[in-house]
Amino acid sequence: MNQKKIILEIKDLCGGIEGKDILNGVNLKVCEGEIHALMGRNGSGKSTLSKMIAGHPEYTITSGEIIFRDKDLTQLEPEERANIGVFLGFQYPIEIPGVKNIDFLRVAVNQRRKILAKSELDTIEFEEWIEEKLKIVKMQTDFLERGVNEGFSGGEKKRNEILQMALLEPEVSILDETDSGLDIDALRIVAAGINKLHSNERATVLITHYQRLLNEIKPDFVHIMKNGEIIKTGGKELAIELEQKGYETFQNPLNENTE
Amino acid sequence: MTKNSTVSKVLEKEYKYGFLTQVESEKIPKGINEDIIRLISEKKQEPEFLLDFRLRAYKQWKMMDEPKWADLNYPAIDYQDIIYYSAPKGIEKKKSLDEVDPEILETFDKLGIPLNEQKRLSNVAVDAVFDSVSIATTFKEKLAEDGVIFCSISEAVEEHPDLIKKYLGKVVPINDNFFAALNSAIFSDGSFVYIPKGVKCPMELSSYFRINSGDTGQFERTLIIAEERSSVSYLEGCTAPMFDTNTLHAAVVELIALDDASIKYSTVQNWYAGDKNGVGGIYNFVTKRGQCKGKRSKISWSQVETGSSITWKYPSCILQGEDSTGEFYSVALTNNKQIADTGTKMIHIGRNTKSTIISKGISAGSSKNTYRGKVHIGSKAIGAKNYSQCDSLLIGADAEANTYPYLHSKQIKSNIEHEASTSKISEDQLFYLRSRGISNEEAISMMVSGFCRDVFNELPMEFASEADSLLGLKLEGTVG
Repeated sequence: MNQKKIILEIKDLCGGIEGKDILNGVNLKVCEGEIHALMGRNGSGKSTLSKMIAGHPEYTITSGEIIFRDKDLTQLEPEERANIGVFLGFQYPIEIPGVKNIDFLRVAVNQRRKILAKSELDTIEFEEWIEEKLKIVKMQTDFLERGVNEGFSGGEKKRNEILQMALLEPEVSILDETDSGLDIDALRIVAAGINKLHSNERATVLITHYQRLLNEIKPDFVHIMKNGEIIKTGGKELAIELEQKGYETFQNPLNENTE
Repeated sequence: MTKNSTVSKVLEKEYKYGFLTQVESEKIPKGINEDIIRLISEKKQEPEFLLDFRLRAYKQWKMMDEPKWADLNYPAIDYQDIIYYSAPKGIEKKKSLDEVDPEILETFDKLGIPLNEQKRLSNVAVDAVFDSVSIATTFKEKLAEDGVIFCSISEAVEEHPDLIKKYLGKVVPINDNFFAALNSAIFSDGSFVYIPKGVKCPMELSSYFRINSGDTGQFERTLIIAEERSSVSYLEGCTAPMFDTNTLHAAVVELIALDDASIKYSTVQNWYAGDKNGVGGIYNFVTKRGQCKGKRSKISWSQVETGSSITWKYPSCILQGEDSTGEFYSVALTNNKQIADTGTKMIHIGRNTKSTIISKGISAGSSKNTYRGKVHIGSKAIGAKNYSQCDSLLIGADAEANTYPYLHSKQIKSNIEHEASTSKISEDQLFYLRSRGISNEEAISMMVSGFCRDVFNELPMEFASEADSLLGLKLEGTVG
C-alpha cells in the first residue's frame, strides 16, 4: 500500500488566549481520506485548537507548528488559509445582519475558485450551481435570500455551515461540535452531508462530545484531549469505551502524577 | 493585529477628489456687510425684489445667534474672514460651453461629470456649479420640449422672475435659522427646477457642487417646484479640494410639491472631511426642507453623507396636503474626527399624512455621529402615521453614536412608531467572514453595506453604485 499523503500536521502546539495557556503541546497528523474524531471535556482545548488552525486573531501560538501541505499555516491570514482549502465549521455560526446569504456565499466561493484557477461565477451561474449543493443539506432556495445566519434556528445554522463546506470544497474540514443542538433528524442530514463531502483526497476532523455523531460518521481515529494535549489515540472503539467509562478514567500516561 | 488598525486601514482611503484646479478667479473682498450684498446682487444684475430679499435676510441674520444646541464643538467662525463670492474669471454671465475655461471642463471630467456634448451622461441632465457660479447646464433644450425648466438659479431669476418671487423663501423663510438667513443674504448660485402640470420629468436631474477656493464659502440655493401630477428625481453631489483650513458651506434647498406631485431628492455628500487629526474640511451647515403642499403629494429625501468635517443637516417635510407622504432615508458615515449631526423633521399637518424615517449611522475612528429627528403630529392630522428606524453601527472603541428622537403628537387618532438600535462590528463577525476566504477589507465593506441596505435600495440606480463605491464597498450584489 502506498504511503498516504499528510494534509495537516500539528507539532507540539502550545498557546492560548489573553495570556492564558490552553494548549500544552498538541500533536496530530491527518492524512488524505481520513476522518478523525477529537473528543474531550469542555475546556480541554478542542475549540482552541480549531480556532488556531483557522487563524483566529485573538489566539496566540507560543510554540509549535501547523503544517498544511508543506505550508506553515501560522504565517497566513485566516482568509488565506481558507482560500487554500482549510475549513472551520463553527460551533456557534455568527450572524451577519443585512448581508444576504447568497451574496456572502458567492463572494466566498469566488475567492476559493481564484486559488483553484477556476473562473469566477456570476450571479446567475452561481444560482444554478448552488442548487445542487442545497440538496446535500436539504435546504430551500429561500434560505439564500435571508441575512447570513440571521434569525436562523440552531439546525439551520449548522446546515448553513455544511453548505459552505460543500461550496468551498476544502481539503481539510475541522467541524467544531457540528452535532451540538441538533435533533436526531437534523443530525442525520448534517452527518449525511459530511459523509457525502468526504473523499479520498480530503480529510475531516470532527470535534464532538458525543458518540452519537460517530454512529453516523465512522472515524478512522479517535483522539481524547485533556488539559490541552491529546492523551490517547485509538480507533472507533475508543469512543465507545469513552462513552461507557467517562473522561475521568483517561489520564495522560506521561504526567499521571500531576492529576 | 488589532481590530482598530485593520478597520481604519479600510476607512482611510485617500480622498480622490482633493485636487485643486488652477484657474484665475475673480473674488470680492472678504467679509459681509450691506455693500458686499449689493455688490453680489449687482454682479448678478438682479432685480430689485431680490436685493430687497437679501437685505432683509441680512438684517435678520445680524440679530441672530449661531445655533449651539447641536453640540458640534468647533472654533468660532469669523464671518468677516470669509469670501462670499468667487467666480472663475470672465464668466459672471454664463456663456456657451466652448467659452468655458478648459481647465474647469477638465475638472468636471475628472470628477466623473463630463459636460461636453459627446461625453455627457445620456440620461442625466447636469447643472455644474463651480465655487459661486453655475458653469453649465446640460440638456436644457431637450427638457424644455416637455416644459421642464432646469437651469441655474441666477438664470431663473432673470428668465422666470415670477416663479422666483412666488416661491423663494416660502418653505425656508429668511429668518428660519442662522445659516438659512446667512444663505438668503449672500447666496450666489444653485439650481432651479420647475416641472409643469402632468409632466413626468423624462430624465434624472442632477447638480454637482464643486468648491475650489480655500477661502471662499459656498452658499448655494436650490429651488424645486413640482406642479400638480408631475414628478421628478433630482440628484446632488459635492466635492472639494483638500485645504488645511475650514471652508463654510451653507446651502438652502426648498422643495414644493403640489397635488399628486412627487419629488425625490438624493444627495451624495463627499465634501473634503479634513485629515486624520481633524485639520481642515468643510463645515456643511445646510437647511433642506420640502413642503408637501398638495393632496397626495410626496417628497422623498435620500442622502449618503460621507464627507465634511462637520455636518449639520435635517432634510425635512412639511406634510400639509391630505394624504401626503414624506420619506427620509439616510446613511451617514463618519471617521477620524468627523462630526455629523443629521436627521429630519416630519411635520404632519394634514389628515392621513404618512412619513417614514430610516437612518443608518456608521461611526469609526474617534468620530461622532448623531441622529436628531423630530416627528410632530398636529391637532388636525387625524390618521397620521409615522414609522422611524434609527440604527447605529460603531467601528472601533473610540467612535460615538447618539440618537435623539423628538416625538410630539397632538392628535390621538395618529400613530408613531420608533425603533432604534446600536451595534458593533465584532471581531467574531470579521473572523467568520475571513475564515470563508473573504479579506478583512471586503468583510468590513460587506457588513457596512449590509447595514445600509435598506437605504441603498431607495437610491436612484445611477447613485446606488456611486454611494456604494464611496463607502469603499467592493461587493457586487449586496446593494440594490
